[in-house]
Amino acid sequence: MPKIRSYAQLLDAYEQFRPLLSIRLNGQDVPTSERAILVCGGTGCHASESQQIVANFKQMVEDRGLGDTIHVSMSGCFGFCEKGPIVKIYPDDVFYVEVTPDDVDEIFESHIMDDRPVERLMYQDPAHKQRVAAQHDIPFYKPQQRIALRHSGLINPEDIREYIAVEGYQGLGKVLAEMTPEMVIDEMKRSGLRGRGGAGFSTGQKWSFARGYESDEKFVICNADEGDPGAFMDRSIMEGDSHTVIEGMAIAGYAIGAHQGYVYIRAEYPLAVERLKIALEQARELGLIGKNIMGSGFDFDIDIRLGAGAFVCGEETALIHSLQGERGEPSTKPPFPAQSGLWGKPTIVNNVESLANVPVIFTRGAEWYSAIGTEKSKGTKVFALAGQVNNVGLVEVPMGTTLREIIYEIGGGIKDGGEYKAVQTGGPSGGCIPVQFLDTPIDYESLTAIGSMMGSGGMIVVSDQTCMVNFAKYYLEFTVDESCGRCLPCRVGTKRLHEILTDITEGRGTEKDLEELRELSETICDTALCGLGQSAPNPVLSTMKYFWDEYVAHVKEHRCPAGQCQKLLQYSVVDEKCIGCTACARVCPVGAITGAVKQVHTIDQSVCIKCGACMTKCKFKAIINN
Amino acid sequence: MTCPNCDHSGKTLAPECYAELDAYIDALHIAPNNPRRKETLIQTLHKAQGIFGYLPEEVQRHIAQRYSIPHADVSGVISFYNYFTTTPKGGVQISVCLGTACYVNGAEKVLQEFERTLNIKAGEVSEDGSFSLECLRCVGACGLAPVVTVNDRVYGKVQPGKVKDILEQYLVEASITKEADHAKD
Repeated sequence: MPKIRSYAQLLDAYEQFRPLLSIRLNGQDVPTSERAILVCGGTGCHASESQQIVANFKQMVEDRGLGDTIHVSMSGCFGFCEKGPIVKIYPDDVFYVEVTPDDVDEIFESHIMDDRPVERLMYQDPAHKQRVAAQHDIPFYKPQQRIALRHSGLINPEDIREYIAVEGYQGLGKVLAEMTPEMVIDEMKRSGLRGRGGAGFSTGQKWSFARGYESDEKFVICNADEGDPGAFMDRSIMEGDSHTVIEGMAIAGYAIGAHQGYVYIRAEYPLAVERLKIALEQARELGLIGKNIMGSGFDFDIDIRLGAGAFVCGEETALIHSLQGERGEPSTKPPFPAQSGLWGKPTIVNNVESLANVPVIFTRGAEWYSAIGTEKSKGTKVFALAGQVNNVGLVEVPMGTTLREIIYEIGGGIKDGGEYKAVQTGGPSGGCIPVQFLDTPIDYESLTAIGSMMGSGGMIVVSDQTCMVNFAKYYLEFTVDESCGRCLPCRVGTKRLHEILTDITEGRGTEKDLEELRELSETICDTALCGLGQSAPNPVLSTMKYFWDEYVAHVKEHRCPAGQCQKLLQYSVVDEKCIGCTACARVCPVGAITGAVKQVHTIDQSVCIKCGACMTKCKFKAIINN
Repeated sequence: MTCPNCDHSGKTLAPECYAELDAYIDALHIAPNNPRRKETLIQTLHKAQGIFGYLPEEVQRHIAQRYSIPHADVSGVISFYNYFTTTPKGGVQISVCLGTACYVNGAEKVLQEFERTLNIKAGEVSEDGSFSLECLRCVGACGLAPVVTVNDRVYGKVQPGKVKDILEQYLVEASITKEADHAKD
């Protein structure tokens, strides 16, 4: 393909490539024999052999010589990971779930050849047991509004022509051709976009600070070190729509006066790295990044840098140290990176999801964008809904949507008929939100007000089977592991918190421990060096605030109400159910179970180490714990 | 996986492995007086670990020399990041995801089952060097929780009962390779 040398040429390319997507975008007008088959290529579906599904479809098309009318391609993540792998057929708009490579034959023969969609592979609404054919009729998608995820599941991320066909790079083209950097920053401020990485700082404001500092060099960094366990929206955007991140970075570069960008990405995301590399190569080839972009005289290039497994590197100053080839330890702010960042030069660090929102703000305008959301939080937010909820996946909703809508309407309620206990937002820095706040419209402010935070958008639902003390301990374990060790409150304080929580969950806790837990938590919040340390006690504080009874039960009665803390459990045999098969006695690592063949077995509590192996092994549900 | 060309017991690393690493470093054109030369250090360590399977002191010193930086700088970076290891890993690397979604869906029990079956703790390598067990934090496949990765393969919705099946598959493969090695000797 020839280089695109002006905004006008980009618009020509848009007209030229538009037909590539005609089947997908305006389905009804195309010849009925034409079809597009899209198979999800996100990490989740990838792990479930979606590549084999693509290969099988391609093989079928080739065998029958239908290459001109049936287009098979891989797409980015559809977001409905619970039901993957997903296959979508255009223009019929039929959405197949949990497809296996073996199902390809049937879909092809019945749907593509005979026009009879395969009902058994459609999504089944658990409430009415009815099959739903179209994606937009599925309750998971109905309330969603997709901006950051607008192209995921629509275009092939490895083909830049398809990105151009959905108005890709037009935001950048318009900015370079028609706007001054000041106008760009002004537009960003008016859009009201706030950082999607967690803190929620105004993106336009950040850019304007960096613009304000004179320097021979400036940098744009895309923070793709998505470390919050349970959050995967950034991965999904990079895998499904890498070009939008590149375009967002280039606009940012123009606004602040930078010519070099870096994507700092987790090494745990090999597929996203691969897709980004492909996208960068294609964009460079077309002259959409590099020297003299679209004839504007503006130069901007991007390099990829891999992280190496350190959660703290999501903090911007730590990330910058890591980019410089050093230990990823944070430093005190000010100076903020906008003044002195990478190599001491003005630098902005923006999160992937924030950058994915940028191009569309320029193609559709700040007014359009700021009309979505709440008074102080504009636009949409992507949440990674996971945990004990029926529909695990990526959910993008306008700011101000309630937790109830997300968890019950989109998420389909709690798994296995369990009862809602809490939702944890904000990852290891956030808190747990109990049932009384389910109807709170969520935005940055409201989440902070109820003791949690937006964070990067991880949303882990837990049911009544989860012990909240143990859950808090889990997060502390994470923070202890990931504390970089630079400041004492975090290095030693989180370790102590973890020790106290361990004591409580193992039956050694006292009431005094609870006081200490609170006092220590508050001290760490006040004194730690960076955001990781300051927010590390949040899981403890929020669970103490809303689930105080559970702490008390552990300490006073040595009882775990959720039945999860193993050391507080007692395993016993239900006499009526035990058939004396001896399986439990054989699996017990300490020989605590005795009993003759075909006789009821017994567990010696003084020997039992409460590992639960017997309960897992027993096929007759004859072993219980309480 | 550890490099098959190198003798790890005697720590004599194969020259061809060094050659591969050097070719990579050469292409970076590191100027010894460039104050920003360390910006590619982490990429180089990734590359080196990819080649050797781990980062023994000998390799660290080599990299330090190529970058004209003290060995302490290299070792400091390696010890900071979880991804880098200075000891060889097992032939089959099992990682149990302990991300939150996996955790609330019972990943701990899966980990315990692996520990019990392999008779090693997380972070250890089995005596014969064939298996290593680790925990990792979130591969981002939360829809498949609990997730286990074995070498580069992802297993989703793993329950403790499935652990044996997974291991058996690799045990069979390992014994086949061993037999083939014996046949060669």
